[in-house]
Amino acid sequence: MELILAIGIGVLTSCGVYLMLRPRTFQVIIGLSLLSYAVNLFIFAMGRLKTGAAPVTASGAIDPTQFTDPVPQALVLTAIVIGFAMTALFLVVMLAARGVTGTDHVDGREQR
Amino acid sequence: MTSLLDHLTVLPILLPLATGALMLMLDDRQRVTKAFINVFATALLVFLSVAMVIRAANPADLLAVSYPLGNWPVPFGIVLVADRLSAMMVLLTSVLGLSALVYSLARWHAAGPNFHTLFQFLLMGLNGAFLTGDIFNLFVFFEVMLAASYGLALHGLGLARIKAGLHYVAVNLGASFLFLIGAALIYGVTGTLNMADLAAKVATIPELDRGLLEAGAAFLGLAFLLKAGMWPLGFWLPTTYAAATAPVAAMFAIMTKVGIYAVLRLSTLAFGIEAGASAGLGQTVLQLGGMATIAFGAVGILAAQTTGRLAGYCVLVSSGTLLAAIGMGNAFVTGGALYYLVISTLAVSAFFLIVELLERIRIAGADVLAITLEAYGDDEEETENDEVGLAIPGALAVLGICFSICVLLLAGLPPLAGFLGKFAIISALFNPQGLTEIAPITPAAWWLAGLMIFAGFAALVALTRTGISTFWATMSDTPAPVRVIEIAPILLLLGLTVVMTVMAGPVMDYMYITAENLHAPAIEIGNILATPLVVEVAP
Repeated sequence: MELILAIGIGVLTSCGVYLMLRPRTFQVIIGLSLLSYAVNLFIFAMGRLKTGAAPVTASGAIDPTQFTDPVPQALVLTAIVIGFAMTALFLVVMLAARGVTGTDHVDGREQR
Repeated sequence: MTSLLDHLTVLPILLPLATGALMLMLDDRQRVTKAFINVFATALLVFLSVAMVIRAANPADLLAVSYPLGNWPVPFGIVLVADRLSAMMVLLTSVLGLSALVYSLARWHAAGPNFHTLFQFLLMGLNGAFLTGDIFNLFVFFEVMLAASYGLALHGLGLARIKAGLHYVAVNLGASFLFLIGAALIYGVTGTLNMADLAAKVATIPELDRGLLEAGAAFLGLAFLLKAGMWPLGFWLPTTYAAATAPVAAMFAIMTKVGIYAVLRLSTLAFGIEAGASAGLGQTVLQLGGMATIAFGAVGILAAQTTGRLAGYCVLVSSGTLLAAIGMGNAFVTGGALYYLVISTLAVSAFFLIVELLERIRIAGADVLAITLEAYGDDEEETENDEVGLAIPGALAVLGICFSICVLLLAGLPPLAGFLGKFAIISALFNPQGLTEIAPITPAAWWLAGLMIFAGFAALVALTRTGISTFWATMSDTPAPVRVIEIAPILLLLGLTVVMTVMAGPVMDYMYITAENLHAPAIEIGNILATPLVVEVAP
């Protein structure tokens, strides 16, 4: 389980970084999206992996090892919302740049 | 706990939020109403932050320093911390905000939709980032600030702004992901996101986990240094700042300082002398990176072909100086650096505002100044003879004086405060134990002092050249079309630096006590962890 998650995060990150360094705005935005998935999974993993455990702790004396850590899940939720909003915003800027410059190169002009 | 002033710590965040949300409901055609609301709210913010600085200088009780949001007990809930440093930064933000806002009312606020709303959200993000005592909350306020700044950077549109804006958004999105990785790593190792709680736990981290914690801190540091524009992470900065409209660029001058503030806060709080094996983490990186930034900025200042870019490189020099000074890890150096931080932010901000007015009075083609002109010779002697005997218009004289003050401040020449700030840093570099004790001077101190003086010299050369080509060589026939509400904010910002020059004693005292508190955080950590609830609840 740990290995699969680690490999998944690694593949997403490397693809994301590679695409982010590409010259087309569409590649950059897909790269940023992949990177944000990788980061979200990473935050989730920081709460330690547990299968079949409830995230919400009951009141009274409890054994914390029986529950998963709810904090990273709350963090991931926030990070997803913010990441999604920022990607949407980037998309708008990207479309504006495409419209004004007439090219989808990140520098606004084709390389000679 | 009934008075509104008891909740003073949270007001600088709530006020811009409420104002921005209120203005979102007004149509953009009601721009005058929006402008009035915005100016009123920002002026109120200045009063609030003055009250906060006064309270932070003499805290009456624990609640005056830290404030538990939503009445959740520390360290489980989010805590706001309004100590001397935070209060000072909030005051600086609100003063800059008021000046930039008044300036924008002359014309720029009408150049695109929702300027006033975005402006208030930017203030909210800045104030929140300065006040929060929680790492993840810092991320959220960073994003609020950045989201507003994306909108403001594109305000007015145009090819240059969209091209620079695309890079700016992409780079900062990448930085946000680094921030998240860093915060998650730190949470994974220590199990806390509260900065004070983290500081208390750093020394007791098991040796096996220390590498992970330091990696997390390094990731956070990368995100902060990217905001601060440290070389080689700051290439996006001059282009974006030069492309932004003048009032927006003036506000952006403090956005680099958010990165510097975060570095200063976390490095002194979590990785100060009490951090055990992790003490002084990253200081060498800060020193070397800061010095490289100064060198890069100074060369950029000399090479800049437009005044806007020149101002952008001045921001880099200021960032580099501050980062290298923080990297010294000495309370005296930090005290001087804090004074320099305020002065350089005010000066650069005023300079961004002046740049736009300069563009108006100079003749076309003067933009390609300096190097090109000097290389090919200035052939405009003939055309300017008819201007002999022309009286200098009043506005131009005021503008010239403001420009000279900016030059003195940015180059760090006496008698103004730019000199005092640099002098305080260099003096502390050469007397690391205070003036009474003789201590060996490190090579890093020599290098930093030399680079600071070189950067001042570079700024002097480049700015003098700009001044000559603007005010003497290329004066146009018509008097400069400058309005009072455009020159008044510049006068306010520069007037404040003059006040800080005259009142240097008390201001310096404030900075030195702030720096001492920063470098001996044990008391503050205890205070924050013992934050009382706003309203006591029965268990």
